[in-house]
Amino acid sequence: MDILIVFEAKDGQAHRMSLETVAAAQSMAKELNLTTAVLTMGKDAKSLAENASALDVGEVLTLEHDLLTEYSADGYTEALKQIIAQESPTYVVMGYTYQARDWVPKVSAQLAIPYISDVISVKAEGDSPVFTRMVYNGKLISDITPTRGDTAIVSFQAAAYPEDSVISGSAETRSVEVELDASMIRTVSEPPFQEESGGVDLSGAEVIVSVGRGIGKEENIPLVEALAKSLNAEVGSSRPIVDAGWLPTFRQVGSSGQSVAPKLYLALGISGAIQHIVGMKGSKNIVAINKDAEAPIFEIADYGVVGDILEILPKLTEAIEQ
Amino acid sequence: MKIGVLVKQVPVSDSSLRVNPDQLWVEEGSLNFEMNENDSYALEEALQIKEQSGEGEVVAISMGPADRTPKIIREALSKGADRGIHIVESSSHESDPYILATLFNEAVKDEGFDLVLSGLQSDDMSTGQTGLILGELLGMSTATMVVETEIQGENLKVKRELESGWFQWVTLSLPACVTIQSGINQPRYASLKGIMSAKRKEIREVQKDELTTGDSLQSLSKMYVQHKDKRTEMIEGDTQEIISRLVDVFKSEAKVL
Repeated sequence: MDILIVFEAKDGQAHRMSLETVAAAQSMAKELNLTTAVLTMGKDAKSLAENASALDVGEVLTLEHDLLTEYSADGYTEALKQIIAQESPTYVVMGYTYQARDWVPKVSAQLAIPYISDVISVKAEGDSPVFTRMVYNGKLISDITPTRGDTAIVSFQAAAYPEDSVISGSAETRSVEVELDASMIRTVSEPPFQEESGGVDLSGAEVIVSVGRGIGKEENIPLVEALAKSLNAEVGSSRPIVDAGWLPTFRQVGSSGQSVAPKLYLALGISGAIQHIVGMKGSKNIVAINKDAEAPIFEIADYGVVGDILEILPKLTEAIEQ
Repeated sequence: MKIGVLVKQVPVSDSSLRVNPDQLWVEEGSLNFEMNENDSYALEEALQIKEQSGEGEVVAISMGPADRTPKIIREALSKGADRGIHIVESSSHESDPYILATLFNEAVKDEGFDLVLSGLQSDDMSTGQTGLILGELLGMSTATMVVETEIQGENLKVKRELESGWFQWVTLSLPACVTIQSGINQPRYASLKGIMSAKRKEIREVQKDELTTGDSLQSLSKMYVQHKDKRTEMIEGDTQEIISRLVDVFKSEAKVL
């Protein structure tokens, strides 16, 4: 195959970003006349292969091995190296998930092949693709091309390609094998666990008033809570606020927190790092207030105010309450 | 415990950025630079690990031009790092994480680090790869997005952040290379004593042009401002006008009032 799509499991099923990656790969395949295949590995290889075999891809490869049952960076790295050697794909693609961040650069390093991470789109220039990615926290865009090797690895940013554009079909499944030795794996992992799960489910909120670093100091948080109360809203936050301990972890919106899609999302002093945006860009109405006119949050906002939230917040709360 | 920390100089976070006429990099002339935020957490973690073990050395490593990079290394030294390594970049900008990692590897491979720390990604190129590739080149075990560390004899135990509020403890054999996620600690400020003693600490300079680099694996062919695909109504006017329009939006557009 030309494009090998590496699947990742989440709760025993294909990760949403794996399906988005199928959409990206199908688009690349169509534009550049390439063939595709899906690789599933680990303890959920079989159920993922079932998901994948109902898609319009060339074939589905399943890889099961005792040493891949639980994820390890070294195990996955070695496995993909061997699959690349066996199958010679031109492109290996996957979602830019937290797990991918943990192991995919190692494959690039060991094979000295390009890995272009966190790609937002692919365009064809002649018969070769150019990959686009954000730089400077989303303020600028860069075009990247692979310059060496027969294989290039590419990971896609969350929601870069919509999951609902995936084309269904049917594909045959084939088992593949690798040779792994326990001595290759230099880490011991304990089972994943969740902290503070008993917080608030922001995903059901109709209105979220979300606060970022622009709030300045902890003493100003009540201004946000007052506005939220006046709008009958939940309080959300970007990561720096939770990191500073000003709000509990379960208030965090974004890739490391919750994904939300309320009728109104008010982003106060939030610059709009992509890790935050992936968690809220599905909101129906996004209103952003930020003193930095170039803040990336304005790229996705429906309404924007360049201004000081400390000045605007109390007056806004007052106006709503009247 | 000998710990190397990668600290990158990046434009301060609310900088106004303009692309050079060649469309390959930003105009840096008018920009101010600061330590990449995630790297400042990595530095703090290194200092805390050293303090807890009561012995060892923390080495701050940075690459960049001679005019602004020493300032970042001095900042690390004034917070408590013992010495610095500066890979002096005089020519072109490097954005290929593999090349960056091979340069760091060339400059530090004889140091014999037990541990190499860096932020999980930089605020400029954000490839999220350089630290991890360096770990591979140094033959170290690796882990990413670490929010807690604990030295256990010959091993390092780390708490890794997974997605959506999940975590996992992973034990790595030393030497190890890990990337640090925000929230792990609150970076300290430099004391006056620290600032004074930093002046006497050594910064070893290595000329980038004298190092052997790996092959280029990827190249940046163009940098530009994002074409915006969403229409944003910018609400302008005095505070009162802004507030009445916002209330109007809440009522008639979002229909939440």
